[in-house]
Amino acid sequence: MGAGRLYVAVAAGGFRRYATYRAATAAGVFTNTVFGLILVSTYRALWDERPHLGGYDQGQAVTYVWLGQAFLSTLAIGGGGAEEELMERIRTGDVAVDLYRPVDLQAWWLAADLGRAFFQLLGRGLVPFAFGALCFPARLPADAGTWAAFAVAVVLAMLVGFGIRFLVALSAFWLLDGAGVSQVMWLAGYFCSGMLLPLNVFPGVLGEVVRVLPWSALLQAPADVLLGRADPLGTYLFQGAWAVVLLGAGRLLQSVAARRVVVQGG
Amino acid sequence: MAERGAPAEGGRLAEGVRAYRLVAGMWIRSTMAYRVSFAMTTFGNFAATFFDFVAVLLMFSHVEALGGYALPEVAFLYGLSAVSFGLADLVIGSMDRLGRRVRDGTLDTLLVRPAPVLAQVAADRFALRRLGRVTQGTLVLGWSLGRLDVDWSPLKLLLMPVMVASGFGIFCAVFVAGAAFQFVTQDASEVQNAFTYGGTTLLQYPPTVFAKELVRGVTFVLPLAFVNWLPAGYVLGRPYPLGLPGWVAFTSPLVAVVCCALAGLAWRAGLRSYRSTGS
Repeated sequence: MGAGRLYVAVAAGGFRRYATYRAATAAGVFTNTVFGLILVSTYRALWDERPHLGGYDQGQAVTYVWLGQAFLSTLAIGGGGAEEELMERIRTGDVAVDLYRPVDLQAWWLAADLGRAFFQLLGRGLVPFAFGALCFPARLPADAGTWAAFAVAVVLAMLVGFGIRFLVALSAFWLLDGAGVSQVMWLAGYFCSGMLLPLNVFPGVLGEVVRVLPWSALLQAPADVLLGRADPLGTYLFQGAWAVVLLGAGRLLQSVAARRVVVQGG
Repeated sequence: MAERGAPAEGGRLAEGVRAYRLVAGMWIRSTMAYRVSFAMTTFGNFAATFFDFVAVLLMFSHVEALGGYALPEVAFLYGLSAVSFGLADLVIGSMDRLGRRVRDGTLDTLLVRPAPVLAQVAADRFALRRLGRVTQGTLVLGWSLGRLDVDWSPLKLLLMPVMVASGFGIFCAVFVAGAAFQFVTQDASEVQNAFTYGGTTLLQYPPTVFAKELVRGVTFVLPLAFVNWLPAGYVLGRPYPLGLPGWVAFTSPLVAVVCCALAGLAWRAGLRSYRSTGS
């Protein structure tokens, strides 16, 4: 089997695996919709007081909320993607088996995580987003070009998201218990990706800092492409640069870890 | 423990509390074996909820009022909701693991033990680190009390602990009802999050922010509004959007008792319907 076909098969496996849990998916859709309702209400109260806050109008703010709910599990912004299983495998020592396989560790887990992300986008993201767009005055672009540009930004966001989480998972080689790092990632993910509040609403230096951090490539960047607030090429460059840096760091760390791996148990 | 046996005259409640204390105590001892890890995760819990409040602060860096409520008033609502929910989460927050226990069959272990199942499930993986959320809520509440412009009367002061206790009861009922629901759905534990975490997030903002239907829903269907919106409205001297009579602000304890009774019935029905996986 060619390497390309192998990784496609791994990704398809990741997709199918998550597709198995229908009740869990339905529960997730319900929860994302409820949280979307709460957030939309608070955002609308905020934008009622300050129209055009952060350069968004009401419709754009509403759209942003539902994008966030669609991306939360797709990009595993607070964790909960393939890295959780990898971490567990590192802790138990099962990762030794992965390292023996004639495939690349990072590429294997990237493929699995992409499969998962695409399923979550279709299974958990689409319904809350459609609900939000239909029931609230959302602002969606009419031209196919913007949607296509948005789709590319979403795929790049998936790469950046995995890049961050792969590094988090590898930390388990040194720390064994990844709970602390996971928690920090969860916090950073929520706060710095703009899940709590769009990053362009963050004041002053804080706003400038969070907008250059990799997490802004997850939600803020694709959202601004869809809302017509950012130039797609510049956004791709930003997301792509972070993807290269993070995945490169992951490669480096992986080779160091593979050399010093201590297999637990026996 | 064995020589004492089951107390014949002691009620189920006393038995449940005792079982709960034993299981929770075991989990505390096991957590305390790794003190640094405990300190870190408690701080993490504190920080996680703290960022919620930072989002509120960021909002107020742009506006004077949200839904007509000033920052100290929103902080008051936030603190009350966070403390009530935090306590319920601390005491029985592990109930959402029930679905997993049903799936993998480990619930059977609890069924054969001579102690009430509800107490065992509630104390399962008791996590003292959840004090982080309670602490954060208490700090925000304390901060708001120092800044609120309220004419304190004995009645309003009395209402404070009543609110927290009733809110705790109502959220506990939601946790138990959610767990009972998992006997049926098994892998849909996330639905519970919509009502627990979603509920507390909702209550952290003023009722005037939300659509009338949503406010009606959390007042008459799932009475979360009795945790803080209604009693706090009395303390703050704010009319409730649905125009309910003033005395409703004092009915929270009653609502909490009714909720707990209903949740208890749901739990019983769920437990009776349980069929082991047999694995």
